[in-house]
Amino acid sequence: MSLEHSPETPRVPLLALMSVFFRVGITSFGGSTAAWLYRELVENRGWLDEDGFVTALTLAQVLPGANPVNLAIYVGSQLRGGIGGAAAAFGMVGPAFCVILALGFLYAQFGNSPTAHAVLGGLAAVGVAMTLSIGVKLARKVRKPVPVLIAATLFVTVGVLHWQMIPVVLVLTPISIGLERMAGRKKSA
Amino acid sequence: MNDTRLLGLILVFAPLSLISFGGGQAIVADMQHQTVDVQHWLTDRQFVDLFALSRAAPGPSTLIAALIGWQVAGFLGAIVATLAIYIPSSIAVYGAVRWWHASKDSPWRGALERGLAPVAVGLVFAGALAVLEAAHVNALQIFTTVIAAGLLISTRVGVYTIMAVAALSYALLQFL
Repeated sequence: MSLEHSPETPRVPLLALMSVFFRVGITSFGGSTAAWLYRELVENRGWLDEDGFVTALTLAQVLPGANPVNLAIYVGSQLRGGIGGAAAAFGMVGPAFCVILALGFLYAQFGNSPTAHAVLGGLAAVGVAMTLSIGVKLARKVRKPVPVLIAATLFVTVGVLHWQMIPVVLVLTPISIGLERMAGRKKSA
Repeated sequence: MNDTRLLGLILVFAPLSLISFGGGQAIVADMQHQTVDVQHWLTDRQFVDLFALSRAAPGPSTLIAALIGWQVAGFLGAIVATLAIYIPSSIAVYGAVRWWHASKDSPWRGALERGLAPVAVGLVFAGALAVLEAAHVNALQIFTTVIAAGLLISTRVGVYTIMAVAALSYALLQFL
């Protein structure tokens, strides 16, 4: 899979790959990861062109897993195969993992204080707002009646009725992809 | 005891990893259900606290798994939960990217992209509802969520500014 690149582009050392994602991992607070990665990968290093970056972003978003980690795997595996993907993902998650452990430690110490609980209550409210804003952003791509119905069915069954998430997703995902495939076939016919 | 808990973490997080279309937000609803209602590892309040911490911290929201792992089985729990939440989805992404580049003209590419989007949207909104329910939110929190969501969606105000204002106001309200 690195064949597309190997003849003309020089082999990127694994350490360089990991360190780029490590740097982005510690600098991109607050969900601006994509902007930082664009600067590093497209503008500074030329590891991806503009189109490649857009494809990477789209795939990272629709596939399972965290966006920034998926981006790291995409870019890493493009440049250096599976091991490159693992190195990039490790660089991306490592710093954030250390920060979260420090926070977990603080929570174990002070989590029971009323002030900590009040502050966390406020942060949770903002956290839900972040989730909603991501949902709204994703929903801009979902316009036609059938996809809207699928999204609504998932929300009602999993969110409101508390049905088991995994079986619901395993049934609705193939249906959703299959219907899109059929719609595409009709259009081209 | 600890071995059982580590195994439990893997059994809860690894399957969720594979269906986390749209990122960590998508599986929050089931994480809450599994860790609070089914396994009784956490109380609703602890879950909401950990959710808040994971959103305030840098990095992907999936790292809430590390916090839950830490609460359930200490440092080793954090490592195991993190690996369980990342490895399955990462292998799936690696496979999907290979397939994507190997099948340039496949009509399935567009179908996959368009077909997964509504799944992600439904799950993300279900996740927001799950946290609101677990938090037993009061009027002030609902107000905060609405204002913050409005700012995030329609302005360029950074999320850390909003979080700082919220944290400060909630702390001050304690002393009124």
